[in-house]
Amino acid sequence: MTDGRDGGDPETNVGDRFDRVPESEADRTVEGRATRTAIVDYFADRFGIPPETFDDYTFWEKGAGKIWIYRGEAPSPIEIEAIGMTCLRTRQEHWKPTTDFVQRFGRVATECVIELERDEARRFAAGEDQDLEWGGDWGYLIAAHDVAGEREPLGVGLFVHGELRSMVPKGRQRTLES
Amino acid sequence: MEPLERYRSIIDDFDAFRAACKRPLGNAVRVNTIKASVDRTTAALEREGVGYEQADWNPRVLRLETDSPGSTWTSFHGFTHGQEEVSAVPPVVLDPEPGERVWDSCAAPGGKTTQLAARMDDRGTVVANDNNLGRISALRFNAERLGATSLAVTNADARTYSLERFDFDAFDRALVDAPCSCEGTIRKNPDALDNWSEGHISSVSGIQKGILRRAVQATRTGGVVVYSTCTFAPEENEAVVQHALETESCRLVDFELELEHSPGLTAWEDEDFDSSLERATRIYPHQNDTGGFFVAKLEVTAE
Repeated sequence: MTDGRDGGDPETNVGDRFDRVPESEADRTVEGRATRTAIVDYFADRFGIPPETFDDYTFWEKGAGKIWIYRGEAPSPIEIEAIGMTCLRTRQEHWKPTTDFVQRFGRVATECVIELERDEARRFAAGEDQDLEWGGDWGYLIAAHDVAGEREPLGVGLFVHGELRSMVPKGRQRTLES
Repeated sequence: MEPLERYRSIIDDFDAFRAACKRPLGNAVRVNTIKASVDRTTAALEREGVGYEQADWNPRVLRLETDSPGSTWTSFHGFTHGQEEVSAVPPVVLDPEPGERVWDSCAAPGGKTTQLAARMDDRGTVVANDNNLGRISALRFNAERLGATSLAVTNADARTYSLERFDFDAFDRALVDAPCSCEGTIRKNPDALDNWSEGHISSVSGIQKGILRRAVQATRTGGVVVYSTCTFAPEENEAVVQHALETESCRLVDFELELEHSPGLTAWEDEDFDSSLERATRIYPHQNDTGGFFVAKLEVTAE
């Protein structure tokens, strides 16, 4: 398994095509590219998401740092509009999962999950920042609340200095009635 | 509304049809089983105080008693997706199975695409294509909100679609939910018939024929192609399927649908269609208090 073309010039990220990420550092041919091992470890270490959650999935990168998760068939590289869903940004100091990924896979998270009351959840969904108590790590958290008796992830929040900032993208923000 | 007069001779109880077309449609949503079961979704709606009624023919289709179905927790979490009740019919007729390769040739904005992925348990490959880049952004937004991970999204003209970008050379199933004159959406969009003309019907039917032919060619022998439109015009429905029967290796097959409906036509004005077109389905607004739809199911045969 490689993350791009066979041999030849040093490889770089190409902005308009998807390359499957390499399995591990030994397989890496594009400098700075995240590996499958690092991605799965990140979700396990930060959020306690079991690595086997991703056994049936592949991870892909397009451009620099945006990682996509996919469950279908495709050759690598492939030039198409989208492959599966975006899941993670890796080319910054702290990796940042997407709201949609967290909603889809965050139910099995056991760490760095901040549980909100209904009114707090409402403000989070509307994109508001709020002062909250949190005894765990600072940084990106999974915000969740109770939906019909089960915990349900709302999205990604950034906790710093006693404040939970909603990372819900503008287009996904909603004003909920109750 | 005048354009609909041309269908007086083919629609039973035409007055009821006309009256239904003038009534606005309620808010229907589809439960997205990639994110939550029907039971959990209805429990969440009950907790929110949002009334609902489950469709008899499909328990995953809910008619919501709210004016803002997008402002519910179930929508925010992607448990529900606003989708007209009859729009949910073609993916049910296509009936894809987990692990299959499925082509959605005219996929944006993605309601049916994500329904296909959900019916496949989000396992397999759904190639979601659309020729309009702007509409693809809407498709991607919906797909991510609904958590579909089995989609590969492409931007191409479906009539000349190439499978070279993939490692396989045929699909197991294909959905052609064709661009059409949208007569059946008049209840949802009262402006739907503002630009109606027979010339438009004629030009769009040429495009529809091209897409359906390509879908049959791109599907393996024994595979299934579903052709659907949200319009009543026989030129865009039976005549398009007739063209596929005449030019490609395929035949019409029966399917069960627990919604009231009428059979496809075998004649329109001075044209006769193959008798098997009776196996197609016409759904009129007055039959189930929905929008209008046409659905045909084809099996790809050996040459």
